[in-house]
Amino acid sequence: MIARTARTNAAAGWKTIPLRISYRTQRYLFIYLTLAVPLLYFFVTRLLPIIYSFYISFREWNILSPSKPYVGFANYSGLFTDEIFRKSIVNTFLFVAVGIPGQLAAGLAAALLLQSIPRFRGFFRTVYFIPYITSIVAVSWVFRWLLMPNGWVNSALLNLGLDAQLFLLSPRQALYVIALSMIWQSVGFQMLVFVTGLEGIPAMYYEAARIDGANAWRRFQHITLPLLNPVILFSAVIAGISYLQTFTQIVSMTGEGGPLNSTRTLVYHIYKLAFKNFEMGSASAATVILFIIIFAFTLVQIKALERKVEY
Amino acid sequence: MIASRKDTFAVARYLLLIAGVAITLFPLLWMAATSFKLPQNLYDLSLFPSPASWGSYSYIFDKAPFGTWISNTAIAAVATTASVLVFDTAVGYVLAQFSFPGRKLIFLFIISTLMVPTEMLIIPWYLLATKLALTDTFAGLLLPGLLTAFGIFLMRQFMESLPSELLDAARVDGLNEWSIFARIALPLMKPALATLAILSFISNWNQFIWPFIVLQTENRYTLPVGMVYFSSELKDNNGWIQIMAGATVSVIPLIAIFTIFQKKIIQGIALSGMK
Amino acid sequence: MTKKTLHSKTISIASLSLLILLAACGSGGDNKKNEGADQNQSSESKASPVSASVPDSGKEKVTIEYWQYEYPAKVQLVTELIKQFEAENPNITVKQTNFPYDQYNEKVATLVPAGKGPDVINLYYGWLPKYVSSGFLQSLPESAFPASDIERDYYPLVGAAKIDGKYWAIPTAVRTLALFYNKDLFTKANVEQPPATWQELVDTAVKLTEKDSKNQFVVEGLAFEPGAQLHHWYRDGLLPQAGGEDLSDDRRKILWADSPAGLEAFQYLVDFAVKYKVGTPGVFTDDAAAFKTGHAAINIDGSFRLGSLKSDAPDLKYGIAPLPSYKNKSVPSSFWANAITSNVSGAKLEASAKFLQFLTSKEVQEQWVEKVGELPAQKAVATQDKYLNDEKLGPFISQLDNSKAHFFIDETGERTLFVDAVNEVLLNGVPAEKAFQSLVSKTQKLYDDYWAKAGSK
Repeated sequence: MIARTARTNAAAGWKTIPLRISYRTQRYLFIYLTLAVPLLYFFVTRLLPIIYSFYISFREWNILSPSKPYVGFANYSGLFTDEIFRKSIVNTFLFVAVGIPGQLAAGLAAALLLQSIPRFRGFFRTVYFIPYITSIVAVSWVFRWLLMPNGWVNSALLNLGLDAQLFLLSPRQALYVIALSMIWQSVGFQMLVFVTGLEGIPAMYYEAARIDGANAWRRFQHITLPLLNPVILFSAVIAGISYLQTFTQIVSMTGEGGPLNSTRTLVYHIYKLAFKNFEMGSASAATVILFIIIFAFTLVQIKALERKVEY
Repeated sequence: MIASRKDTFAVARYLLLIAGVAITLFPLLWMAATSFKLPQNLYDLSLFPSPASWGSYSYIFDKAPFGTWISNTAIAAVATTASVLVFDTAVGYVLAQFSFPGRKLIFLFIISTLMVPTEMLIIPWYLLATKLALTDTFAGLLLPGLLTAFGIFLMRQFMESLPSELLDAARVDGLNEWSIFARIALPLMKPALATLAILSFISNWNQFIWPFIVLQTENRYTLPVGMVYFSSELKDNNGWIQIMAGATVSVIPLIAIFTIFQKKIIQGIALSGMK
Repeated sequence: MTKKTLHSKTISIASLSLLILLAACGSGGDNKKNEGADQNQSSESKASPVSASVPDSGKEKVTIEYWQYEYPAKVQLVTELIKQFEAENPNITVKQTNFPYDQYNEKVATLVPAGKGPDVINLYYGWLPKYVSSGFLQSLPESAFPASDIERDYYPLVGAAKIDGKYWAIPTAVRTLALFYNKDLFTKANVEQPPATWQELVDTAVKLTEKDSKNQFVVEGLAFEPGAQLHHWYRDGLLPQAGGEDLSDDRRKILWADSPAGLEAFQYLVDFAVKYKVGTPGVFTDDAAAFKTGHAAINIDGSFRLGSLKSDAPDLKYGIAPLPSYKNKSVPSSFWANAITSNVSGAKLEASAKFLQFLTSKEVQEQWVEKVGELPAQKAVATQDKYLNDEKLGPFISQLDNSKAHFFIDETGERTLFVDAVNEVLLNGVPAEKAFQSLVSKTQKLYDDYWAKAGSK
């Protein structure tokens, strides 16, 4: 018994040096082998198409046409003189500007409410999550019907003695209505994320604050919000991605991004250029612009995310 | 006095939450209710159609292979999810637990691909699928979704919460990196895996544009593709009742799965926010 | 500047490597694919030498690919027709592929770059300029379809398929617009006759409109959906009826604003929604749905609607009347036409031409009216008594002589501009005159851009 232990120890001691070296190799082998296939995959299915878009964006690339001449920056300058393209950029920013805070506020509010009740939490959690799993197309159709001039919502408004609204048919309301429908669909997901964040905040902080005489609002402001920061940023990234790529809702709710282009987003504009007008060159140029916007957006968010995580 | 004020608050909270339930469920209830209406009562606003009719359901199952579409969608979603589970988890693990040259760059690269709209990728994908003879095949359908940047991002978040002391202890015990990943990290990450699985399943279930482009034969369609083919004709013919029936059918399997696994899912999603 | 050129150089090198990689990835499965489903290129390259060496090309097996949009009645009929055609021509196989209407161009846009083009394609006439200018189509073979024959046998509206002096597509059937009116609602409002003039249409629509106590529509006097048929009604109906002209002969200049008729017609149209409030967009989802469910007393719609009215609203009592008239007679019309793509040659071209001849034969046109409900494109076929005396088809056919199908540069683009102009008046309170002027100048810009591009080639 003793001899055996000694032998193993000796063996271990013996192997220490070569093991260390092979350990490092093994470690890198593991890292790079694990990453090799995924990186190759992303290279082929994501990066190459992006590079391809760059390449196409300098050509007049009509899908049906055999000739695809080089045109320099003509597609780009064409886009910036296009009033509708500029509008689609503004609309995309509006979606992000309305959508992210709206979604976070709704999710946080739901989470706080849920936290404050003793019973039926599971029930509310389940129900609020359901919209997240429904298909965007189906949901969009339903909203279109509910919000029709003679639809359910207007009938309710009239019964309350209020004026009927145009909603999706109004150039001033449509974008916000769509943003709201997206909030409706994702509030459950955001709520769940926040609930955990809230649960992670030690109760003693609140008690200490209460003893100091801080009211509910101050406690929220000085304890909840700062400690939730990482969670908020995570949620903002998720929401940001979905709002920057608003597309399916547009096609299913306002058709061509109307009325009066008030709901046309960048992604819809790209789609329209590529698949309705067959102008792949312009569509690619628009994609490059979108990509630059998104890349900057991501960099900022990741910087923010990493900074906050540290404290 | 104070107690009753507290009670009022509690009641108010429940009322608010119940109002939320109404707002959440109403559109879906309306969708289901409409699917039971008779065509001539299409604009009837009531939530309880009378007379109610199964007509739209027998219509959609008679006129279209909904059953086949549902099973195609399920198989594709399961297969994609399996692949995502293997690869995204592994990559997320490596990015979270190791430091090595190029880590930041790789992470940034993967995350930025998340931002490119699918619409722009489908032409290159389709060219690739044609080259590989994968159009109108199951493999072609799965091609673009085998790994997802979102999944990697999510798993990296999860994996950062793994206690590194535990992993180091395993290393001291002489386990190799593969075993550490498979035998130590993964079992601890079960809720996270469940989350990734369900999120991946949901998004694949509702996937539209790529399946629409790559599939050409009716019997190979997924549910969303079939629905679009089916409804493009119905919309012209004012077949909204049938369309709502189709939409209801497309939502039910997911609600069922969610109700069954909801504990796990909620646990997992909750985890992702932890950090 | 130098930086920029350098940049683009790097990009092209990078994309070159992409292409190489794509090709390398694909080389394995590539050959197999070409032998199998995608006969397009391989059999094409085989086709011409073989047909040259075999004098009787009738014995050679040819497969042609036919693309059309999905519409059940149409697909059913075409399937049947293909069987008939293949029985008559045992050496030819026709493979049909159908895409949903909403995503038609999207499918085309993805499949064509991958080399999966059709040989014969079914297109909306308004898309033709786009397809022709990109070089995707070839003009119809003069031997099978002499221009003089087309002009003699077909309704003049088919002239919209003539670009640069050549015909590029040929329809089986055409459609015109007419007034659909709900007989029960007419009786209820004590209106006896369908309106025949502009003024009568206004008066009747006002009479027929019904609103509830909260001023919400119960019945639209005239369904008002600018995105549906109203754009056509304006350009080929109201505008020429008021004495205006659509386009200059060289198809370069929009003439709507060259006479007062343009604005008069535009004002007349928007007044239905703005001044008389007899209808509004989006209520009851759309015009066709509103009419079908008895929520619109009058709708301006096309002959293609007859089929779905029959199947979806069998109990609806409705009549068809010619569009109301003003100074001149003119009725909008349109068509889907079949064209041959530019790479088709040799035996395939022969087979494609044969297929087109079959699709435009008298028998097929007749089957088309009966099964799909669209009007025969040839005068001799359409004006047979059995169609002229038909209560529903008659009014459509009687209008065909005065029908116009305006030239489009960009079908969706032009329609969107029109819808936007109407919405500016309706939703933003912009004076009709101003909205009209901006509509004309924006549409003109579309044309200028198109011709500038066409000229540079």
